[in-house]
Amino acid sequence: MKNKKSYRTLRRKLMKYGFAGTAYASIGFPTLLKAESNIKIGIPTLLSGRVAQLGISATNGIKLIIDKFNEAGGFNGRKIELIIRDSRAKPDEAARMTRNLINSNKVDIILNCEASSASFAVQEVIRESGTLCLHCISETSSLTADPSIRTWNAFRFARQGIHDAVGSASYAANLVKEKGLKKWMSIGPDYAYGRDSTATFFEILKKFSPNIEIVGQGWPKLFQPDYTEVITQIVREKPDAIYSCLWGGDLVSFVDQAALYGTFKNSELFAINLADYTTMSAIKNLPEGLHSATRYIAAYPDRQENRDFDSAYTSRFGDHPTNWSWETAVATDFLISAIQETKSLNPKKISESLKGKSRQSFIGVGEENTVTMRSRDQTLVNYAIGWGSTLPKEPYMKDVKAADWESIQELEKEWLTSKGWI
Amino acid sequence: MEVLALLDCLSAPACLLSQAVGGLKIGMLLFLVASGLTLIFGVLGIINFAHGILYMLGAYFAWQAMELTGHFGLSVLIGAIGVGIFGLAFERGLIKRVYESNLLIQILLCYAVILIVDDLVMIIWGDEFLSSIGVPEIFQVPPLFIFDAVIPPFHLAIIFTSLLIAILLWMLMTRSRFGSLVRAAAINPKMLEALGINTNFIRYSVFVLGSFLAGLGGALAASERSIVSQMGNSILIESFIITVIGGMGSIGGAFLASLIIGMARSFGAVAMPLFTDGLMFLIMVLVLILRPRGIMGEKK
Repeated sequence: MKNKKSYRTLRRKLMKYGFAGTAYASIGFPTLLKAESNIKIGIPTLLSGRVAQLGISATNGIKLIIDKFNEAGGFNGRKIELIIRDSRAKPDEAARMTRNLINSNKVDIILNCEASSASFAVQEVIRESGTLCLHCISETSSLTADPSIRTWNAFRFARQGIHDAVGSASYAANLVKEKGLKKWMSIGPDYAYGRDSTATFFEILKKFSPNIEIVGQGWPKLFQPDYTEVITQIVREKPDAIYSCLWGGDLVSFVDQAALYGTFKNSELFAINLADYTTMSAIKNLPEGLHSATRYIAAYPDRQENRDFDSAYTSRFGDHPTNWSWETAVATDFLISAIQETKSLNPKKISESLKGKSRQSFIGVGEENTVTMRSRDQTLVNYAIGWGSTLPKEPYMKDVKAADWESIQELEKEWLTSKGWI
Repeated sequence: MEVLALLDCLSAPACLLSQAVGGLKIGMLLFLVASGLTLIFGVLGIINFAHGILYMLGAYFAWQAMELTGHFGLSVLIGAIGVGIFGLAFERGLIKRVYESNLLIQILLCYAVILIVDDLVMIIWGDEFLSSIGVPEIFQVPPLFIFDAVIPPFHLAIIFTSLLIAILLWMLMTRSRFGSLVRAAAINPKMLEALGINTNFIRYSVFVLGSFLAGLGGALAASERSIVSQMGNSILIESFIITVIGGMGSIGGAFLASLIIGMARSFGAVAMPLFTDGLMFLIMVLVLILRPRGIMGEKK
């Protein structure tokens, strides 16, 4: 009888430990295994089509920083592994791939290298999953400025439309005063970014120079090959200045075609997206004296660290970095610093660490050359925004004037208030 | 719609001339591509959905030739001839197998070729856009001012070159034995075969000529447009619109329709700057309603 009882007890104990073991295995083992495996970073981006350079140069910027981190031994021996997916810039694909990266590939963090439209789709996926997400490319202000879109686990490390608009408008306003540029025209791609960028630029410029007059606006399609009809409009209206947010091959075609009409001899061009190496070097005869924001050039900020970044990137990838390269490099640097500081991959802990964090950077113009992740709206500030005029050959830009971040933030506040976002 | 702006422009010689030259340039470049498309359809009965890649290859070949030779004229010629040779291989290797097939098979074949060639272009020349080949040194001069209209001399050169090609094409099709055979092949190829004429030769000659014209259009366009894979897509749509407006298979119709579309784009930008693309489709719809066979299309 006693034997039978002790057998039952043993069987109960075995069953108890068996269940506990199974439960532990299903919950605990993966955690333990994960603790020893690589840190996985998922990157939805676009690697094919007309703007494949975006994804290529963005992921190159990440690789440059990650490789250094891994070579130095990683985090407690754990290295960072990148899982890159091509969404072909389609928002639905970007959302599906991000979901797969989180659910199937079990990535710890999303480094979002999508353009604006797909970034909004990624934002909704990570809002649901609670995965930490660093937006590295999208410049559309509302992504982080609009509180209804913002989420606690997403941070923007890309430049922002409103910051550029203030920097551009204040640079342009000085020239309005100096050269009497009264009549303005604009030419921008006919989609959300083009319309927003143009409207914000003129809204802010009119605050500095209320007397300017907009005499015409051209809205060519994105990727339109021929700009003759818009250029003849410029010839007809004879504006003193033209604002353009065309970019990439579209901007190259426009400048090449407009130069044949002698357009830039009579009108000053303010092209916000011109000063990137891939764009400037592709223009057949880059006219001298066109105005542009510095997207990325080694000559600004004029510091050794910036030149070092340019040469490290160029020697590794055989081409100059782009604006997207510095954005991803800075995001990756912040992420590594936050992981090391929190000794964790917990999204909440890393988020807390990122908020308000300042880091010295080759692109920083804050105190002691820092950039800062502003905690209020989880967006990067104090990155270099300069405006200057073009040279036909390297270094491509001269007389670069730094935008003043105090006035940027002041006017940004006014703009946010007008939108009802603060 | 800014009717007053259009009237102002039409009554001011500077604006009128400037817009007209701009429209002519757009129209003439479109004609080069569309004439090849309409020629291939008229004679071979094939709707060449892959025509856009011939335009794209013309631009890429010209760019490559420019890199190697540095000579503009030679590069444009190499671009056009290169596409002609590609067209020969395309027709002999693939297209001739689907002459008798239904439209769906022809579309599938063309679509497959578009995907393959677009990817090959990216593998060979890279994903990023290439800069234009630039205009020849002789045209790198300030624009002309005629009645205060600003006119780039290079645009005049493009217009005259395209007009010359149009005249040569017209003479070839109407004044030569080859042209007579091509027209006969379009009407009754079986009768031509019965008379001992090699219709195979006519077929691939026409395809090569159509490809050459598209390649020439691409090579000339590459002088001031950035070059990128898939650049043929938009020109394909415009070429089809021109073919429909002008009349399927009519070279003269393609010429007229190209001028109409060029002018509509140019003057449309004055009157309806946000509707220039829509205007093109509107004209096509009107032609389809009022004259379904196109302006110069023949009644079947």
